[in-house]
Amino acid sequence: MFNFFSNSNVFVWIEKLINFIHSIFFALLLAALSFALILSPPDYLQGDSVRIMYVHVPAAWIGLASFTCLALLSILNFIFKIKNLTLIIKSIAPIGLIFTCIAIVTGSIWGQPTWGTFWAWDARITSMVILALFYFIIITIQKLISEEDKANKISSIVAAIGLINIPIIKYSVEWWNTLHQPASIKITGESTIHTSMLMPLLLMFFVFILYCALIFLMKYKTEIIRIKRKSLKRL
Amino acid sequence: MLPKKVKKRASLLTILLSVSVISVFLILNALNKNILYFNSPSDIRLKSDISTNKKIRVGGMVKKNTLKISDQEIKFIITDFKNEIIVSFKGTVPNLFAEGKGVVAEGKLKDKKYFIADRILAKHDENYMPPELKNIMKQNAK
Repeated sequence: MFNFFSNSNVFVWIEKLINFIHSIFFALLLAALSFALILSPPDYLQGDSVRIMYVHVPAAWIGLASFTCLALLSILNFIFKIKNLTLIIKSIAPIGLIFTCIAIVTGSIWGQPTWGTFWAWDARITSMVILALFYFIIITIQKLISEEDKANKISSIVAAIGLINIPIIKYSVEWWNTLHQPASIKITGESTIHTSMLMPLLLMFFVFILYCALIFLMKYKTEIIRIKRKSLKRL
Repeated sequence: MLPKKVKKRASLLTILLSVSVISVFLILNALNKNILYFNSPSDIRLKSDISTNKKIRVGGMVKKNTLKISDQEIKFIITDFKNEIIVSFKGTVPNLFAEGKGVVAEGKLKDKKYFIADRILAKHDENYMPPELKNIMKQNAK
C-alpha cells in the first residue's frame, strides 16, 4: 500500500493519464469551442460579446477552485508534513495563477463593450487581483527559498491566510455595491442563464478542467524527475 | 493519538488563522463605506457630510420614460425605487445604457437632487438569454 504512492509508481500512472487526456482533449476542445462561439445564441442585450463569458467564467472558477485546493492541502502539509503534498501544491500554483490572470484579462476585455470601461476598482475585481497576488507570492516563495522545509512552512501560512479571500470574492457582489453583476449560476435555486447558454458554458468548464489536469500532471512529472535527479547527484 | 509536534503545529495554525480572520473582518468592517463602488440615491439623501467638490459615483436604475436626449446633454433619473436623483451628462454612453437598466454615473453633486456626471458606466444584470426568448417574454407581458 505504501509502495503505491511512491514516486516511481505515481510516475507510471501519470504517463498513462496524460496519454488518455491527450487522446480526448482536442476533440472535446473543438466541440466545446464550436458550441460556445458558433452554435450558442447571442444574448438579447449584449449580442455576441456574451461569448467572452465562455472563457471568463470557467477561468475564474478554476482560479478560485485551485486556490481552495492549494490552501487546504497546504494546511494539511503544514500540520502533517507529507512529501507528496508538497509536489501537488507546487504543481497547482502556476495553473491557478494563469487562470486567474485569464479571468482578469478577459473580464477587462468584456468590460469595455458592456460597462464602458476596461477597469473598475470594485470589490469583485480588486479581490480577484489580490487572489492573483497571493498566487504570485506563493510561487515566488517556493522559487526563492531554497530550504524546502522553510519554504513549505512560509508558503503554507500565506496560503492559509489567502483562503480568507475566497469567500470574500464569492460574496463580494452580494455584500457590497459593485459594478460586476451578481452570480448567474447559483448553488441553490434556479440559474438566471438560459439552458442554451448554460450547456456550452459547462462544457467549456469541463474542457478547461481537463486542460488543467493535463498541465498539472505534466508539472507533477517534472517535479518527480527533479527529485530523482537530485538523489542521483547525491550518489 | 497524534504526535505532540503535529498537535503543536495544528494549534499554531489555528491561532494564526483565527487572528487573521478576525483582523480581515475588522478591516473590512472599518472600510465598509469605501468598498462600495457607488452610492444609491438613498445613501446620498441620508448622508449629511457629502461634499459637492469631491467626485463620487451614483448607481441605480435608469427610471423608465425619463431619458431625454438633446443636442447638448443627456438627462435622466437614477432611482433605487425609494429615492431618485436627476443626472445630466455630456458625452457618449456605453452600448448597454438604456431605460430600465442598471447604470453607474461618475461625477459631482450639484445638490442632493441633481448630479452632474462626466462618465457613465452601464451595469448589466445576471440574466442571460437568447433574443427570441426575450421577445416571447415581452409578448406574454403584453
